[in-house]
Amino acid sequence: MAARRLLPRWAGSLRPVSSGAAASGAYPKRVKVVEVGPRDGLQNEKNLVPTPVKINLINMLSETGLQVIEATSFVSPKWVPQMADHTEVLQGIKKSPGISYPVLTPNLRGFQAAVAAGAKEVSIFGAASELFTQKNINCSIEESLERFEEVMRAAKEASIPVRGYVSCVLGCPYEGKISAAKVAEVSKKMYSMGCYEISLGDTIGVGTPGSMREMLAVVMKEVPVGALAVHCHDTYGQALANILVALQMGVSVVDASVAGLGGCPYAQGASGNVATEDLVYMLNGLGIHTGVDLQKLMDTGTFICNALNRKTNSKVSQACCRL
Amino acid sequence: YAADVKVLPSHLSGFILSVSVASGLPEYIKIVEVGPRDGLQNEKVIVPTDIKIELINQLSKTGLPAIEVTSFVSSKWVPQMADHKEVMRGIERHPGVQYPVLTPNLQGFHSAIAAGATEVSVFGAASESFSKMNINCSIEESIERFEEVTKSARNMNIPVRGYVSCALGCPYEGNIVPDKVAEVSKRLYSMGCYEISLGDTIGVGTPGSMKKMLEAVMKEIPLSALAVHCHDTYGQALANILTAVQMGVAVVDSSVAGLGGCPYAKGATGNVATEDVIYMLNGLGINTGVNLCAVMEAGNFICTALNKKTNSKVAQASFSTATIN
Repeated sequence: MAARRLLPRWAGSLRPVSSGAAASGAYPKRVKVVEVGPRDGLQNEKNLVPTPVKINLINMLSETGLQVIEATSFVSPKWVPQMADHTEVLQGIKKSPGISYPVLTPNLRGFQAAVAAGAKEVSIFGAASELFTQKNINCSIEESLERFEEVMRAAKEASIPVRGYVSCVLGCPYEGKISAAKVAEVSKKMYSMGCYEISLGDTIGVGTPGSMREMLAVVMKEVPVGALAVHCHDTYGQALANILVALQMGVSVVDASVAGLGGCPYAQGASGNVATEDLVYMLNGLGIHTGVDLQKLMDTGTFICNALNRKTNSKVSQACCRL
Repeated sequence: YAADVKVLPSHLSGFILSVSVASGLPEYIKIVEVGPRDGLQNEKVIVPTDIKIELINQLSKTGLPAIEVTSFVSSKWVPQMADHKEVMRGIERHPGVQYPVLTPNLQGFHSAIAAGATEVSVFGAASESFSKMNINCSIEESIERFEEVTKSARNMNIPVRGYVSCALGCPYEGNIVPDKVAEVSKRLYSMGCYEISLGDTIGVGTPGSMKKMLEAVMKEIPLSALAVHCHDTYGQALANILTAVQMGVAVVDSSVAGLGGCPYAKGATGNVATEDVIYMLNGLGINTGVNLCAVMEAGNFICTALNKKTNSKVAQASFSTATIN
């Protein structure tokens, strides 16, 4: 059982440093952190987590100041057994006012199940790679977009906001290099069909500040920067540097996963999602406001790591370990 | 355990030598490899001399332009570096590669020269408390000691590199004022150090504090004489290095396999991994002259010898992916 971790007093600010840095004009003043741990994180963990633990995790995250917490995924348990309890989780969590709890919905059926279970926001997952789409959801990019159109239509009727994800934006485990133009094309289609935000995912973490800049420059010609988010994986240790470049280009929404939950399914033993704690530490140091309480976030990370019987992937958390 | 060393997975090879550099970035960055000294000094396991020599010999073949070999400090204080003479004499010296060694005082300097050293380093700090706790004297007293070294070094045409520890924070004092870093850096530079390596000793820095600190130091020291030595204890190293590089810094210290934990945070990591730095710089189209695969092989060698997992995420991901394929 890990002892409670406290940020040492020398570790720099738990809260954003005085606004001088952000005011230099290079960075957004505020960043919205989208917490994907309970979904993207747990979905890619080896150990299955009992429903009450998931609910407690989300409830604890709701106390940290995070405004968006991806709760679960309404996919068939045949494909994603870790998310089989989606209805119980969504109905069991304490929904704090002012916090959004989006859920994944791969198709119309999933959407309808999600709404029936009380979902007020959903996400759909596209990809910038044909091969990845084939291997992942067994259809072409075009076919996947047609499925999403059905979801968009239903969502519009129900006044439910939809967030769009584009996977493989900086590289694909099957195709290798991905052209920025392709990323822009898929992003534009999803934005045009009504997604309020497009989260660009470096699915296998191969991106660098160079490829991130190149990709964003092209995508920003088609989708306004205010509607863009980045979802960086830390598989090659590049996530925070990539996020930094995205911020410099005006992106102000960043996805992350508490304790860096979620390995990489394409590189056994390698890490996946960037850790929310490490992201918030960096944003605090830049004087960027997130509204997130870093200590409470670390406590939540400690909780879920104990439950999963695993070490945290967050370096901030590791540094604060009092063991 | 030994992972089979494999080539980088094919989906990476297209990214290694990327397209044009974003404007404003240096075209070339010198990587100073500190694994054999800073890395091994902070590892729990003491490494046999022949393993150290083999590590340095492997690193010499990677294209790295500078490899910090060892430290001529008393073995009473740093037992891991007790074999400094044997290591210095035992390594192959490749033309075009520098092999600096640490020399805390005149005695260490003379010992280093006698053993064949052709470049030395001195270690200052921007924190009085850290200076007292680390080398048992004030910053001013340490500067006096270093002046003895730089005077002798000048007479013998030996270049001296200066380090400033705690540039972004101190384990005892907490926040460190950028002007203090600038002041100590200027003293070291004025006494003849050709390069000043600014160290985020406990890894607490962020792009915000890195920028502020560099702005202050750059008022006193030419950019071309500056290096950054970032620790990854809080996961901020690459973001901090990127910030420095965007400001024009063109010398970066790192440690193969991320060798070297943090003595101030038990179980936490220390040095940033050379592999991860090179991966990032390659992706930015910045030339380093270093072969990433060769560094990963050297990293694999030393981790096997130390019986530990690599701290490099690039190495972790590359070996894993290759295994799956």
